Amino acid sequence: MNILIFTILIWAASLIAGFLGALTGLGGGVVIVPLLTLVFGVDIRYAIGASLISVIATSSGAASAYVKEGFSNIRIGMFLEVATTLGALLGAFIATKLSTSVIAIIFGLILIHSSYLTIKRISESQLAIKPDPLATRLKFDGAYPVAGGSESYHVQGVPQGFSIMFLAGSISGLLGIGSGAVKVLAMDQAMRIPFKVSTATSNFMIGVTAAAGAGIYLNRGYIDPVLAMPVILGVLLGSLLGARHLFEAETKNLRLIFSAIILLLAIEMIYSGIKGYH
Amino acid sequence: MTGQKQAWTDHKVEVFIGNLLRAGVIGAALLVVLGGIIYLLHQGLSLPDFKTFKGEPQELRHVGAIIKHAFSLHGRGLIQLGLLVLIATPIARVALSIFAFSRQRDRLYVIVTCIVLAVLCYSLFGGR
Repeated sequence: MNILIFTILIWAASLIAGFLGALTGLGGGVVIVPLLTLVFGVDIRYAIGASLISVIATSSGAASAYVKEGFSNIRIGMFLEVATTLGALLGAFIATKLSTSVIAIIFGLILIHSSYLTIKRISESQLAIKPDPLATRLKFDGAYPVAGGSESYHVQGVPQGFSIMFLAGSISGLLGIGSGAVKVLAMDQAMRIPFKVSTATSNFMIGVTAAAGAGIYLNRGYIDPVLAMPVILGVLLGSLLGARHLFEAETKNLRLIFSAIILLLAIEMIYSGIKGYH
Repeated sequence: MTGQKQAWTDHKVEVFIGNLLRAGVIGAALLVVLGGIIYLLHQGLSLPDFKTFKGEPQELRHVGAIIKHAFSLHGRGLIQLGLLVLIATPIARVALSIFAFSRQRDRLYVIVTCIVLAVLCYSLFGGR
């Protein structure tokens, strides 16, 4: 197989991954690494580098759509980014110390978790009524547009949210994924931010977090242009198409199928990690 | 009234940032496509080699070297420049937010945003 065919195949696979990722809300990044390593036999370090770049592309590409809706809370996002970017630095640093087998096993475990989250939609938690002193001082409370006006919200649990975000950033830096699911979890469950606001804010944070990890990977020589080219072009086009069909598709069955694929990839990933471990 | 006006300006800045990000992504994608075509025309028939990790050569690792290398119009160099533009889009977003917060005289968030920008710059320029 020459580079031309290799590039076209990876482009097509990334297109499908980006499309399904956008439709299910999981992001295409989560399947790119297993796809490249298991199907195309790429070293996991190159795969992680290409995946991180594709995560930045989808986040920045979707940003203008999210901004128009007016849901994202830039103060919450920026404050939590202190945690996610520092976490991403730590994750990228740890990645260079661990053997590729261990990274593959950790990746598989995170995939199992993602697969679980895909089926079990997180129920929206009750919004807080009383303001929290720390959140008030950080000017987190806000409002978002609803039909016929706006709805205000109070943010809770700042220290918990910040800690979970540090973890989300570390996972992102270690594995080259957006870890958007963990980010939404922190904002939705711990900080009681309305779902639409946390989703939009999370998109904004994913790109910045991935950029923090990508800088390190670039300097270490993990980001190969020839491999990254079809991955980002495929994921970008796929996620744009996916976002366009978001409201037409029957997503319930799709989520089940996607989560089954992720579970299979997870088992493969863990198996390959154990097999390669010396 | 003033609150409403401020919210509107906030939104205007955010819309500007959103458009800038989109322009960055489109520009990056064009560079990657152009570099990809040049590369495939020259090397398309050789064999891919990603099974064993060797790491990229120095001219594809660091910001200054990548920019210099891209101007020689090599396929790989142009793609890498496109990827660099892509990495720069969220960083530009953070940098512009400093400007937005300082317009609102929000010192706390100017500081918070500067910390984030410092971490990003450390990663891109200092992290080895």
